[in-house]
Amino acid sequence: MFYSRSFNMTEVHLFGTHPITCHAWNRDRTKVALSLNNNEVNIYVRNGSQWNPEPESVLQGHDFRVTGIDWAPNTNRIVTCGADRNAYVWTQGDNCKWSPTLVLLRINRAATCVKWSPLENKFAVGSGARLISICYFEQENNWWVSKHIKKPIRSTITTVDWHPNNILLAAGSTDFKVRIFSAWIKDIEPKPTATPWGVKMPLGQLMTEFSNSTGEGGWVHSVSFSMDGNRVCWVGHDSSVSVADATKEMAKTQLKTKSLPFTCVTWVSPTSLVAAGHGCCPVLFSVDETGKLVHVTKLDIAQKKEAGSLSAMKKFQSLDRTARTDQSDQTLATVHQNTITGINVYTADRSGKATAISTCGADSRLVIWNFDSLEQALGELKI
Amino acid sequence: MAKNTFSSEFRNIDVDQYNEDNYKDEDAADAQTHIGIEESTIISLMNQGNHAEALKMLLQTAPMTSKGRNDQAKEAHLNLVLKVLLAVNKSQMDQIITVLDSTMLDVLMKYIYRGFERPSENSSAILLQWHEKVYNVAGVGCIVRVLTDRKRV
Repeated sequence: MFYSRSFNMTEVHLFGTHPITCHAWNRDRTKVALSLNNNEVNIYVRNGSQWNPEPESVLQGHDFRVTGIDWAPNTNRIVTCGADRNAYVWTQGDNCKWSPTLVLLRINRAATCVKWSPLENKFAVGSGARLISICYFEQENNWWVSKHIKKPIRSTITTVDWHPNNILLAAGSTDFKVRIFSAWIKDIEPKPTATPWGVKMPLGQLMTEFSNSTGEGGWVHSVSFSMDGNRVCWVGHDSSVSVADATKEMAKTQLKTKSLPFTCVTWVSPTSLVAAGHGCCPVLFSVDETGKLVHVTKLDIAQKKEAGSLSAMKKFQSLDRTARTDQSDQTLATVHQNTITGINVYTADRSGKATAISTCGADSRLVIWNFDSLEQALGELKI
Repeated sequence: MAKNTFSSEFRNIDVDQYNEDNYKDEDAADAQTHIGIEESTIISLMNQGNHAEALKMLLQTAPMTSKGRNDQAKEAHLNLVLKVLLAVNKSQMDQIITVLDSTMLDVLMKYIYRGFERPSENSSAILLQWHEKVYNVAGVGCIVRVLTDRKRV
């Protein structure tokens, strides 16, 4: 079970039968690191339009399930975190072998998410211990250490994202809040300059806080800073998508959608974002001039099922197994056949606008969505 | 490594009980006094055949607090909402739903599920029709919000 398939606007890669919990690309997109819902991270190498069926390397270090992977593009280091409360930084030696360095997170619950900062000199790990570990390399001791952001987090941190200034950090949590913290490590970096989010930024300073919903519900699944860092968007388990703008007095706009909840979200241009999740289909939203969030389109244009002639054998096999010949409801009309678990920008143009994104799902598929051909296919669509 | 057993008993243990600042619902502090709507107002609106207005009024003033709070007001309000919902003809439902905005539809869905909790004669059949029609307009997201919102009706 290993194949790749390409439609005009999407590239579909299947990595077996196990769910993909998270994925991360290397700098030139020739390799992908992903975890198939276990304690290992597999690195696959692209071979033309296909992927080599055997992983190039398998990173073994975690005892329990891997929950987060991030690949630093410039320093070529991978950081992983897992339910065993550990995080490892993996570096590639001369013989191309990856070797792990344990990071002291000092947490008593599972780590849930990890992200390199834009300058790749530190990273943030969210955890079920109701805190965020900001980890950086301490030269004199030659190891990775962490500092904690604790207050006023009341529940598990499910997602983190860095502001482009390398200082501010957005975190979403199961206490239905999105918070913006300062993650300034004064030992390793100069004093930050003021941003619309605030002026004073000692480590752990809560810059601002947003409630996901007035109904007091919906775990926050994913947050993302816009390219200029002035806006933050997030998705919650109440099927909502929200955007807050620091330049407009932290004005929050929320769209309660009709679909199943989204699990991941990312900005793809200064004004538009893509969210995906339990609906198995990425959806494009955009923020109009008045700051209102609007649903633009589903990226997945449902493929029309070819009726196809049914071979006699298929027919009787199906009658035997499911007591009917009609197989139309065994697959979804969407490309992803199960919940989408992660979303990444795959390629971007010079202005930072995404030209393709990748999604991974519980159906073991990794899909690359090409915006140029999507724009063509969808006619009036502008991303 | 921990031994794998089939027992799931351990999941019932509240491992967070010894932590200090656990998550608490925000309305825990304020025991709000909810100003309900007079039953007579609703009944007179219903007598005029203005079910849409009655329902709108009830949904806008619904007492929504976390579980176990404000139960008395919630109970009284639920009875009024059910009274209106069950009095509406099937043919009028769509028309009433069109005058409700999405926030009110979310609240209405909460009441429909609350109504399922305590069936009376024929009530579930009517509520199922309401459910179908609200679902057609507000989608599955509306049901998801009934499940996720901490503030209940």
